Amino acid sequence: MTDLGPLIPRNREIHPVPYDPGYKTSITRSPNLPLLSMESTPSEETGPRFGHNLLGELDNNLILNWTKGAAPAVGERILVHGRVLDENGRPVPHTLVEIWQANAGGRYRHVKDTYFAPLDPNFGGCGRTITDENGYYEFLTIRPGAYPWPNRGNDWRPMHIHMSVFGHSFGQRLITQLYFEGDPLIDRCPIAATIKSRSQLDRLVAPLDMAKARPMDFLAYKFDVVLRGRRQTMFENKLEGM
Amino acid sequence: MTQQLDILQETPSQTAGPYVHIGCVPTFAGLEGIYPEDLALSPIEDGAKGEIIEITGSVYDGTGWAMRDAMMESWQADAAGIFPGSEGADPKVSGFCRFTADKETGIFTLRTVKPGATKGRGGVIQAPHISVWVVARGINIGLQTRIYFEDEDNSADPLLARIEQRPRVDTLIAKKTAEGKYTFDIRLQGEGETVFLDI
Repeated sequence: MTDLGPLIPRNREIHPVPYDPGYKTSITRSPNLPLLSMESTPSEETGPRFGHNLLGELDNNLILNWTKGAAPAVGERILVHGRVLDENGRPVPHTLVEIWQANAGGRYRHVKDTYFAPLDPNFGGCGRTITDENGYYEFLTIRPGAYPWPNRGNDWRPMHIHMSVFGHSFGQRLITQLYFEGDPLIDRCPIAATIKSRSQLDRLVAPLDMAKARPMDFLAYKFDVVLRGRRQTMFENKLEGM
Repeated sequence: MTQQLDILQETPSQTAGPYVHIGCVPTFAGLEGIYPEDLALSPIEDGAKGEIIEITGSVYDGTGWAMRDAMMESWQADAAGIFPGSEGADPKVSGFCRFTADKETGIFTLRTVKPGATKGRGGVIQAPHISVWVVARGINIGLQTRIYFEDEDNSADPLLARIEQRPRVDTLIAKKTAEGKYTFDIRLQGEGETVFLDI
């Protein structure tokens, strides 16, 4: 195994605080004691790889994948696209990106979701793809609706899409949420507010991208993701993933 | 003024939420058939070299409740201590597994091959361990930890050596209950809180 250099330590300042009473569930699910820090080891610097043979033809098309192409989901048709990069600005090619979301009415297809907005018989709500050689990914989907949740008396999640990204090492593993430009619920959401820096939260808000919208078909939103990079020297000057 | 650093910042994490299974373990959510099967149901295939072991346990919140909605991922070396993807690795070991606790009991089971000791930077030897990542509703950034084994020599492991309060080392050690069987509980908060890592 070529030593690609240790992972750049996480800057925990940009991430959400683990304990945030505004987000009630975090109260009992956040460690009290400090994390144990040390330089990364091969256990964090290596990780699983997934090949294109994993993917079905419609895996990144949530409008059609639930019905295997037989009937489209109802809602605002959108393309969600972007790049996966590392902190050194290098693309992260050939990595698995998974997304999940509610339907246009804010209802999840999950045994535990009892919100009375109806399920869309033509919408499942999950998709996956693998970034190309330049780190690009794209999904075709419908824009999810906002939905209420039992936190404080009248809390509603903004429209959002959950995203899980692997990178090339287990220490890069990241799950986050994509929000949509202009949604007034973002400023009222206790989960969004677990990120204490407004400029960091803004990085989760996908702008409308008319250049990628397809006339008479779908709008587009752009969402780039940055994963941890490796600390490199002249003597560790290897491309990510090489 | 100084020159500008040419570095990007990592994307902030957000909780995986209660419906993480839709995207990551669709059959758990009730989406059977969206994919041929869920991703990474096992870290090994038949014929993997080494001792096959089963680790069972629960993830407890700060009230002592075994969580039913957590999702875990594990990553490990093969029986010879070689990480999958590296030269000489056992082709029957993918090393990666995604698993959940049982909906009714809150008990998870990880069936895998017992990893060998691995070499770290500068030739340092790490005792056999499995890396684990836990996400769930209420966890704003995924929690990293490790499973070590009580029947291995852990005395020289560099990570365990760094834990100042020695009784806390025990929170990372799986206990042997029978041949090839171990238990390992994860306590997010409070008494017996598991050591979580920032590495």
